[in-house]
Amino acid sequence: MAETAASPTSAQANAEKNLAARVSPARQLADGFAAGSLAGTVEISEVPFLTMVGLRALAGSAAAERLAGVTGGLPARSGAVAGSGDVSVLWLGPAEFLVVAPTEAHESLGGDLIPALREALGGDAGQVVDLSANRTTFELTGPRARDVLEKGCSLDLHPRVFKAGTAFSTEIANIPAILWKTGDESFRIFPRASFAEFLGRWLLDAMREYASPEVP
Amino acid sequence: MLLIPCPNCGPRDETEFHYGGQAHVPYPENPNELSDTEWSRYLFYRENPKGIFAERWVHSTGCRQWFNMLRDTVSYDIKAVYPMGAKRPDRTPAGAPESGTASTGPDSTTTGSAAPSTSTTSILSTTAPEGATK
Ligand SMILES: [Zn+2]
Repeated sequence: MAETAASPTSAQANAEKNLAARVSPARQLADGFAAGSLAGTVEISEVPFLTMVGLRALAGSAAAERLAGVTGGLPARSGAVAGSGDVSVLWLGPAEFLVVAPTEAHESLGGDLIPALREALGGDAGQVVDLSANRTTFELTGPRARDVLEKGCSLDLHPRVFKAGTAFSTEIANIPAILWKTGDESFRIFPRASFAEFLGRWLLDAMREYASPEVP
Repeated sequence: MLLIPCPNCGPRDETEFHYGGQAHVPYPENPNELSDTEWSRYLFYRENPKGIFAERWVHSTGCRQWFNMLRDTVSYDIKAVYPMGAKRPDRTPAGAPESGTASTGPDSTTTGSAAPSTSTTSILSTTAPEGATK
């Protein structure tokens, strides 16, 4: 962990100030997400400011081995998710990965994940790039979550094919997004920040038929 | 819509891909020595066969890797998917000689679990449902 001149308490205050000043890409939809969710059917929320790091390293290279040592593994094929603890690594391409970690893992909040990855890569060919501001995260959960996604995603989302713990870079509602099935009825969707409002509204619209009050 | 078997990710909708034109068009060894006519032929003149055509595709919203594909321009059947830089699989109408065009990815031969049949130079069956239109 990096040494700072300030005391731990002031570093913490600084981190809180830093976080309080940030506005997430779908902040303006927060009320709409709450209103458009129905517990036990389908719910949506934004999980703002997750730490995301783009990795590029050739599989099998020494640099890839060292990066895997920091993250707890690198996924080997399309769909696979590796990692350990609260750090996950999604497969984006044969030599390209996306690390997803909690907000506090970011170095602006005192986390040491990104410096550790940078150090692991060293001067070798590859990349460690902080992409935390590149995408936001939507969490779509509930027994109807799959039905909602199937309106705009052509992957086979049936549980016999799409298992919890897999992630694909694909298209949802005709825009590029990463879809990660985190549980039997829960999905994380990573749209780029500039697509967040569009995709958020599209998902709300797709949820409406399930999350509306029942007509007696 | 075509269902294109990406060698890394398996079958995906055509909208996830971008077309890269005719495959196996080698960059001239000495561009400076070409006449304007020869240069324009390299830049703009492409085959337009009725039947099997070797072309480049990139899986833009997936693994972002380039690959080559043999496609029948009449039936849209996908006959083969093979790595950039590999020789054109032998499937009738002769293409241009091997070009050596490199993939942007350092390793485009990794096989996706969902695509066991499309690794490297495997030739798809002409009746393969994954190569058919949806
Ligand atoms: Zn792909």
